[in-house]
Amino acid sequence: MSGIGIAIVGIIVFFLGYRYYSKLIAERIYRLDPNYVTPAHQYKDGVDFVPTNKFVLWGHHFTSVAGAAPIVGPAIAVYWGWLPAFLWVVLGTVFAAGVHDFGTLVLSVRNKGQSVGTLAQNLIGKKAKLLFLFIILILVLMVNAVFAWVIANLFISFPASVLSVFIQIPLAVWIGYSVYKKKGSMLVPSLIALAVMYLTAIISSRVSFLQIDLIAWMGGEGATGMFGLSTTSSAFFIWIIILMIYVYIASTLPVWKLLQPRDYINSHQLVVGLAILYLGLLFSNPEITAPATNSGADVSWFPLLFITIACGAISGFHGLVSSGTSSKQLDKETDARFVGYLGAVGEGALALVTIVAVITFFPSTEQFTATYSSFTEASGAGLGVFVNGASQLAGGLGIPADIATTIVSVIVVSFAATTLDTSVRLMRYIISELGVEYKIPALTKTHVATSVAVVLSAALVLLPEGPKGFGSGGYLLWPLFGTSNQLLAGISLLLISIWLKNQGRNYMIAFIPMVFLLFMTLLAMFNQVLFKWAWYGSEASMLLFIFGAIIFVFAVWIILTAVSTLYKKDRLT
Amino acid sequence: MALDKLKKLIQWYDEVLSMPHRLEIARELRDEDDLFLLLLYSEMIGIPNPVYYYTLELYPYMLEKFHDWHLRMGMDKSPLDGFRCC
Repeated sequence: MSGIGIAIVGIIVFFLGYRYYSKLIAERIYRLDPNYVTPAHQYKDGVDFVPTNKFVLWGHHFTSVAGAAPIVGPAIAVYWGWLPAFLWVVLGTVFAAGVHDFGTLVLSVRNKGQSVGTLAQNLIGKKAKLLFLFIILILVLMVNAVFAWVIANLFISFPASVLSVFIQIPLAVWIGYSVYKKKGSMLVPSLIALAVMYLTAIISSRVSFLQIDLIAWMGGEGATGMFGLSTTSSAFFIWIIILMIYVYIASTLPVWKLLQPRDYINSHQLVVGLAILYLGLLFSNPEITAPATNSGADVSWFPLLFITIACGAISGFHGLVSSGTSSKQLDKETDARFVGYLGAVGEGALALVTIVAVITFFPSTEQFTATYSSFTEASGAGLGVFVNGASQLAGGLGIPADIATTIVSVIVVSFAATTLDTSVRLMRYIISELGVEYKIPALTKTHVATSVAVVLSAALVLLPEGPKGFGSGGYLLWPLFGTSNQLLAGISLLLISIWLKNQGRNYMIAFIPMVFLLFMTLLAMFNQVLFKWAWYGSEASMLLFIFGAIIFVFAVWIILTAVSTLYKKDRLT
Repeated sequence: MALDKLKKLIQWYDEVLSMPHRLEIARELRDEDDLFLLLLYSEMIGIPNPVYYYTLELYPYMLEKFHDWHLRMGMDKSPLDGFRCC
C-alpha cells in the first residue's frame, strides 16, 4: 500500500469532519451567533483584546499549538502497527481534538475571554483551580524533562545539527533587538536568519570538524567519559546541563528579546517542515513497509495507544492557547469554528504525515520489526526513525540524504526548544502562583521560581535510567506526559459539558470524548503503576511509580468532581 | 493578478508571525505609559510632585486614558477628588 494512499484517506476524513461535523456543532450545539459582541470588541484595548482577522488568528493558533509533541507520540505509537495509530490520529482529531479546541474557544468567548483555569474555578469551585494548577504543573514538568531529553538525544544522534541550532540564538537576539528599536517587519531578517541556519546545517553535514560530537570527542562509544560514566551518559549529562542553563536564561529574559524572534524563525521551519514532508511524500510515493497491526506486541495497545499519542489526536495544552490568547482576539463568534476546529486539524495533519514518514522508512517489514522490537525499544528509537524517514521523503525533492537528515533534525530540535522555553516559563508562573496561594513569598520571586523549575526538570530528566545509561531514559516519561495532557483535555471537556448542560443543550459531543479519555487515562495509569512501575512490577521504578500514582489520584479526583458537578444544579450561565 | 495574490499571502504570513511580538511590545509600552501616568499623578498616593499643578492641567486631554489606567491599577473609582471620571 502506498504512503500517499493513507495520507489522502486521512485528509479526506479531516475535510469531512470540518465540513460537516464542525458545522453541525457550530449550528446546533454551540449555536454560534454572528451578532454576539466578542470580548475582543467588548474589552478592546489594543494589547490583549484585539479583534483579529480569522485567517491571521488561525495561523497564530496553529503555530502556537504545533510542535514536537505530535511528532514524538506517533513515531513511538506505530509500534502497534500503523493502523491503530492512524485511526486514533484521524478519529481523535475529528471527534475529540476538534470539539475540544473549538469548545474551549467558544466557552472562553462566552465568558469574557477568561482562561480555562479561571473558568474551572467559576464552574466547579476554588478547589478546582488548585487541582488545575497542579495538573498543569505536572504537565509542564513532564514537558521540560521529555523535551530536554528529545534535544539531547537528537544532538547526540545527529551532531551535525548542533551548530545550526546554537547559531539561531544570537540571530534571534539580533532580530528581536532590531525590530524593537526600528519597529520594522521581522519577515526579511528572520528569513535571512533561517538561510544562515540552513547554510550552517548544510556545511556542517559535510565538514566533520563542525559537528559537535561529544561522544567522539571523549574517545567514542564504550570509552569512559566524565566521573567514570560511559561516554553516552556523559554526553547526555553535558547536553542536559547546557540546555538547563540556556532555558534558565531564556525564560527570565523579556519575551521579545529571545523567545519571540525564535518562535518567528521556527514558524518558518514549521512551514518548511510540512512542505518537505507533504511534497516529498507526493514526489517519492513510498510504499508502506510497516505492518498494519502488531500481533506480537509485548505491551498491549489498549489503552496505552491513547496516551502515547496525545498531541495530534487530542491535547489539553490547546485549551490553554484557545482560552488564553485566541479567545481574546476573535473578531466574530462564527470565526471560532475556523480557528479552533481547523487549528486542531492542522496539528492532526502533522501527526498524520509523521506516521507516514515512519512507516515508509524501512526497506522491509523485517527491518521495521527489528527496530521496533519492543515498546521500550520503540520509545527510544522512534524519534530517530522519524528524522531518517523524513529525510528519505525529502530525497523525493532531490535533497541529499545527509543534508536532509541534519535539516530535519534542526527542525525537530527547534520545535522542541520552543516548547521547552515556553513550558519552563509557564512552570515559573505556576510556581509563583502557588507561592501566592500558599503564602510562600520567596516562591513568587522570578529567580527563585525559575531555579525551582529548572532544578526539578533537570533532576527529572536525569533520573530515569535508559538502556544507554544515566540520562538516556527521558523517553520513559513519555506516557506520563501523555497522561497529564489527556487529563487536562478531560477537564476542559468537562467544563464544556457542564456549560452545555447548563444551557439545556445536548452535551454528548463533549461528554463522550471526556468519558473515553478519562477511562483510557485511568486504565493506562492503573496498569502501568500497579503492574509495571511498582517495586514488584516488570520494570520497577520508584520515580515513575510515584509520578504515576500522583496522576492516577488526580484522575480519580477529576472524575469524582465531574460526576458531582454535572449532577448539581446550575452554577454558571 | 498572481503577483497581487502573492503579496497578500506574504502580508498574511507576516501578520500571523508578528502577532505575538506586536502584542508583547504593546504590553511593554503600556507598562511604560502606566509608570509615566503614575509619575504625573503621584500626589494621589502621597508622593510629593512639584509640578502637580501643571500635570493636572493635562488631565482633561487624557480623560479616557486616565480612566483605563486607574481600572488597570486596580482602582474601581477614580482616585482624583473633585474631578468626575466614572
